[in-house]
Amino acid sequence: MSILAPAVVARDVRKVYRRFVQKNQFRTLKSALLTGSLLSDLTPDQTFTALDGVSFEVPRGSTFGVIGENGSGKSTLLKLLAGITKPTSGSLTVDGRISALIELGAGFHPEISGRENVAINAIMLGLTQREVDERFDEIVDFAELREFIDAPVKTYSSGMYMRLGFAVAIHVDPEVLLIDEVLAVGDEGFTRKCLDKISEFRRRGKTVLIVSHSLHLVEKMCDDVLWLRHGKTIEQGDPKRVVDAYLIHVAGGEEALLAREHGQTDAPETAAPETPPGGTETSPKGYHEGRWGSREIEIREVRFEDATGRARHLYVPGERMSVVMRVHAATSVDDFVFGVGFFTADGVSVYGTNTDVEDYQATAFQGDAEVRFTIDDLRLVEGSYLLDVAAHRKDGTPYDYHRGLYSFRVKSRIKDVGVYRPTHAWSFTSAVKMETPQPRPEIDLSEEL
Amino acid sequence: MLAQIRTLFRYRPLIQSLVSRDLKARYRGSVLGFLWSFINPLLLLGVYGIVFTYMLPVARTPDIEPYTLFLFCGILPWTWFNASVLESSGVLMAGSNLIKKVLFPAEVLPVVNVFANLIHFLFGLPIVLLFLAYEGRLGPTLLLLPVPILVQLILTLGVAFFVSALTVHFRDIQNILGHMLHLLFFATPILYPYADQKGLLKQVLRWNPMTHVVFSYQQILFHGTFDHWRGLFLAGLVALAVFCLGALFFDRLRDTLAEEV
Repeated sequence: MSILAPAVVARDVRKVYRRFVQKNQFRTLKSALLTGSLLSDLTPDQTFTALDGVSFEVPRGSTFGVIGENGSGKSTLLKLLAGITKPTSGSLTVDGRISALIELGAGFHPEISGRENVAINAIMLGLTQREVDERFDEIVDFAELREFIDAPVKTYSSGMYMRLGFAVAIHVDPEVLLIDEVLAVGDEGFTRKCLDKISEFRRRGKTVLIVSHSLHLVEKMCDDVLWLRHGKTIEQGDPKRVVDAYLIHVAGGEEALLAREHGQTDAPETAAPETPPGGTETSPKGYHEGRWGSREIEIREVRFEDATGRARHLYVPGERMSVVMRVHAATSVDDFVFGVGFFTADGVSVYGTNTDVEDYQATAFQGDAEVRFTIDDLRLVEGSYLLDVAAHRKDGTPYDYHRGLYSFRVKSRIKDVGVYRPTHAWSFTSAVKMETPQPRPEIDLSEEL
Repeated sequence: MLAQIRTLFRYRPLIQSLVSRDLKARYRGSVLGFLWSFINPLLLLGVYGIVFTYMLPVARTPDIEPYTLFLFCGILPWTWFNASVLESSGVLMAGSNLIKKVLFPAEVLPVVNVFANLIHFLFGLPIVLLFLAYEGRLGPTLLLLPVPILVQLILTLGVAFFVSALTVHFRDIQNILGHMLHLLFFATPILYPYADQKGLLKQVLRWNPMTHVVFSYQQILFHGTFDHWRGLFLAGLVALAVFCLGALFFDRLRDTLAEEV
């Protein structure tokens, strides 16, 4: 990070596409003339707003991620950044040579050799003939295609094609690298290599923008994440927080959102009385996750730990799970309560408690500390769950309230329903003939992690 | 405009390598390969020679004998123009992955197409020259040959800009273009001599810039004399105007290209 101007600045970027295609246009024109609905047919539903007032800055040398569902405007954003299309309004500046891994091997000609395609592709991406000559061997070695380089590209497998495309694009050595969902290339080994190369980029202080559905990757690599939905910024900031919020949203799905809007589930009661989320980030309709509070006590990090102390988000019923909060108080505080609340993805309260209702008497806290809330035996059915954590005064005035910012999943082989799975047993008197099933072990999570 | 020309100049190496790629790829996989560049014009000449000598004989005056050679001098440059314009209609769609996925100056594509066809034309030239030499018609006027080539290049580029950008929005052009070019072919003195035409037809021909370009080729190559300076000059001015308008038009539509191709 440096004090230099940011590498990318987007200010209130809007992109509106005209929706109709030629054929439709003719069809509508004809029918419009026939039915006399020409005017109504030319009204604004024929435009499509792909991006709607998106603003952000990417500091030089940082890695910026963009996530969101399909059709949320991610790729449009990348195309705008690459300069392929222009914003309808707003401004977008990118400082430095840019290379866009939007489609690998775009512009390869199938009939000519890999060698010639590399040369042309590299020039297309902005290298000079000299630079191409210098880097040619490096490119071919990176793509691991030395023995095939003189064969026509049409004989390549799709993996080879992608590898060559990636190799060329990455060796253009840009100041700003745009990556659109291209890391699903080739085999494990090559993906590893690509990621290493991108990491090397970051170490060398280059700016990277990643658009991906691989949330794990985004969370791991990015310094800052932007979540787009229908062309609007939903959240931006700390990768973990944004990715969690996104996960929760995806898990909850549209139905949950609708249900909330219709007030079927009231704002869940937690151990602390609710404070309106003033000054929090914009949220989707009816979705109240956020963070607020005076921050005299700050919850700096929240993680889920399993029995061995390893951070994870995926559990099976019956496991031990701890919620670990790293908290900080700059000055001494003597009136404080820590609380947690668990919710299903659609907002139904599962359980909530705090130190006050359990009669813990707070006396003093200053500096850094860890607060640990351990559940010995996680008796939940399969599903995604959200977590609220809070530090507040006894009277409920919040110091730091995190609502729905964290999520974890429970997986189970048994597809029972509800929320809570009590320890239970079936038994039958002799008239019922029923074979007792083999006890099935829960899913081995070590495969999943 | 100027910025556009600068862009094209800056992308010279790319245009160069794309032209050579085009040439390499065109005949890749065919048995005769590059020889097709020579055989194609010969075959074309054969077809027109047979049709207009035996089937629909053209009224011939002695100054267009040998007729086949006369025909050749007009058909070869026409083929360049015809193929360039025709192919430019599809060139942006064919390169859509470049326009949509790579930061790429779209005007490079029609330019590459025109230049690739220019190269084919230049490959065909030695064959004409060989025939001319055989007929003893090679003269010093040959040195003037670059002049009509330049005029034609500028004109073709202008038309190619126009056609390529417009076709993206109106795909119908691809269908109609071939017929329009066919009409223009007959409205250009290729099958018949320009000098002999009179009345309305002459007036029509005069307004076609390709008339003057083709007539200049015929004078320079076939007749060995050149006095059509005025016509060629005016055609050159028209070509420049077409080029500027075409480039301007292309520039206007540029931002819509990535969305529409």
